[in-house]
Amino acid sequence: MLRFLRVRLQQGVRTSSFPGTDVEFPERFRGRPTRDPGRCQDGCSTCRSRMPSGLLPDAPSGEVRVDVGACLFAPDETAACPHQAIAFTRDYRMAARTREGLVSATGEVELARALDAKARRLFGRSLRLRSVAAGSCSGCEAELVALGNVVFDLARFGIQFVASPRHADGLVVTGAVSLNMRDALYRTWQATPEPRLVIAVGACAINGGPFRGSEEVGNGVPADIPVDLWVPGCPPHPLTTADGLLRLLGRLEDGSRPATG
Amino acid sequence: MTAFDQLGLRNRRAIRLASVPVQPVEDFRETVAGALQKGWRVASFFGMPDEHGTTRLMAILARDERGELGATSARVGDRYPALTPLSPELAYFEREVAEQCGVIPEGHPELKPVRRHPPDHAATPAVAAGFDRDRFPFFQIAGQEVHEVAVGPVHAGIIEPGHFRLQAHGESVLHLEIMLGYQHRGVERLLERHDRERAVLVAESIAGDTVIGHGGVFCSAIEALARSRKTPRAQAIRGIALEIERLANHIGDMGAIAGDVAYQPGAAFFGRMRGDCLNLLMTVSGNRYGRGLIRPGGTTFDLPPDMLAAMTDQLERLREEIRPAAELLLGNASVQARLEGVGVLSREHCHTLGVVGPPARACEMPRDVRHDHPYGVFRFAHIPVATAWAGDVLARTLVRWLEIQRSLDFVIEQLASLPRGATRVACGPLHPGEIVVAMGEGWRGEIVHTVITDDAGGIRRCKVVDPSFHNWNAVAAALPGNQISDFPLCNKSFNLSYAGHDL
Repeated sequence: MLRFLRVRLQQGVRTSSFPGTDVEFPERFRGRPTRDPGRCQDGCSTCRSRMPSGLLPDAPSGEVRVDVGACLFAPDETAACPHQAIAFTRDYRMAARTREGLVSATGEVELARALDAKARRLFGRSLRLRSVAAGSCSGCEAELVALGNVVFDLARFGIQFVASPRHADGLVVTGAVSLNMRDALYRTWQATPEPRLVIAVGACAINGGPFRGSEEVGNGVPADIPVDLWVPGCPPHPLTTADGLLRLLGRLEDGSRPATG
Repeated sequence: MTAFDQLGLRNRRAIRLASVPVQPVEDFRETVAGALQKGWRVASFFGMPDEHGTTRLMAILARDERGELGATSARVGDRYPALTPLSPELAYFEREVAEQCGVIPEGHPELKPVRRHPPDHAATPAVAAGFDRDRFPFFQIAGQEVHEVAVGPVHAGIIEPGHFRLQAHGESVLHLEIMLGYQHRGVERLLERHDRERAVLVAESIAGDTVIGHGGVFCSAIEALARSRKTPRAQAIRGIALEIERLANHIGDMGAIAGDVAYQPGAAFFGRMRGDCLNLLMTVSGNRYGRGLIRPGGTTFDLPPDMLAAMTDQLERLREEIRPAAELLLGNASVQARLEGVGVLSREHCHTLGVVGPPARACEMPRDVRHDHPYGVFRFAHIPVATAWAGDVLARTLVRWLEIQRSLDFVIEQLASLPRGATRVACGPLHPGEIVVAMGEGWRGEIVHTVITDDAGGIRRCKVVDPSFHNWNAVAAALPGNQISDFPLCNKSFNLSYAGHDL
């Protein structure tokens, strides 16, 4: 017992100060991408031809738009622009309520608004989620597991992952939705009692990620499963997901502080 | 024709594809079976479409004690006599060939799909039609008190999808069959089809917890085919990243094993220290799993002196903190009682299933690519191979603990003596008509990427073998005789990748 107490003391308290104070990220951390249109040269489309991801989708009007949902947060994505118009910030907040909220000319994201009052009353202080991995690399799942460790400790906000869709208020979907998981995803979704939330975590669940275009995947969550929260990342940092969830529940006011009560 | 073992094929050294013997299928069977009897083992075995609608079967063999690789091949039509009856090591590989190419290995004792997808490397549509991907009869045991338990693909925890079918008598498991493929994303075809920049991003996503492992091996294959020589500094940084990845995952596994036997302090302490290792990778590469660090020609990021010093400090603190936590866990009698004698993998199974990585080393089989087929920084700085003998959950935990200590020492030592120089050199076009076998020791064990180029220098075939491909069969072999309720613990002690297996 004494030995245990000694080790326990040595290990100390490690819980992150999130969301109370700003969290420091290392200098090289690649958060939300930005684009500075001022740096673009007329008629230059080098970035599009060299882009190894779907970060710059084709727009009918020909304008350059940044799709944060398709971003793989890879250094090769900034290197695709010879004029340094594309860069990564250290901003970890980028979860949105709508798919369109992740697309803009400059990489701005329409940060997730809170659910309506009725849904907040239901889920606001106790949210039970079921994870469905469907054609992923398991990177996103690893970060979801990390949300439960002593550092991120999502349970302190009343959010927990449960063992069955029957116990859940919503699904967290990761992966590009492989053909072999399609049926299981639909069935798990249908087994979740309504009202239910669906949260798409990671570039794969949003648009197929690095596997986009493969015959074996469906390029993300199927259109007939309505998504309530889109969390970009490859994989999303645990705090990106935590920030999105707390915004969804109306637990973050003025962008950083937790709402009381 | 040169003999299969005289080709000059070694880890990460490209040779001309034309020099790989093409044998009549009967001779091919004898060559492979004979080699396996003489102490060679199968590193990779696959098929690819070849001239006149044939499929070329390629066998890549490894002789660990000499660090040698061998290769031989045969052209077949829509069927051929299976090698499995001669060499049971090939059973799972031949199932994969049948599924990927549609070619039927006649006489295979258990021909079923591996991932349940339509053939994606078939020579012709007619050959592709030969394999039935939906025929997956589960092994069943009949009897009055025998019952069946089905688990998955959606599990209770935050786990990847897979289906487990247990035949049990009361609590006691009689047989376990594992059906995978739910994570199949068509990785090999993407690696073959995409340009280099996109292919590397796919390689980093073969298994999300093995970004450095798979990314490093794929880039090394590209470098070998392009004759690009990494600088010693780039090699050292890659080695450091690989060992930090090993630390993160092994430490995470110690915590998960503690959690599975309900020893919560272990789960909490190790879970946090795993995160510290991931954060080290984030300091270096900007991503907690090391994405973006390794690219053909070297590494994208350097380690400046202040970062070196900060990393060394953190690792030394980790070394101080982890020992008491590990001693607390492993010295606890109730933890020992839950780990000892559970999920024993026999040496016979370990050998015939070609098990790799920590599960093999926990059966006293000193198999480690860093030692047997040394590459990069591991040619100069040797990490002793950690082994245990009992083959149970405790032995697999002990091997991890030993490897944690050795990797910590290695990284701290490397940070103190990093060679000078650039971190990235040019990596030009690939040489046409060549084959390279790139192997690396990921934290789960041996990773093998075999890349074959076409006449124009494009990638004609990229065959990926994740350690989980071998080791899932070991989970099925280790479980009979255990209690159903110990299944999660046994499974965790192997901690295999579904994504890496399913590709």
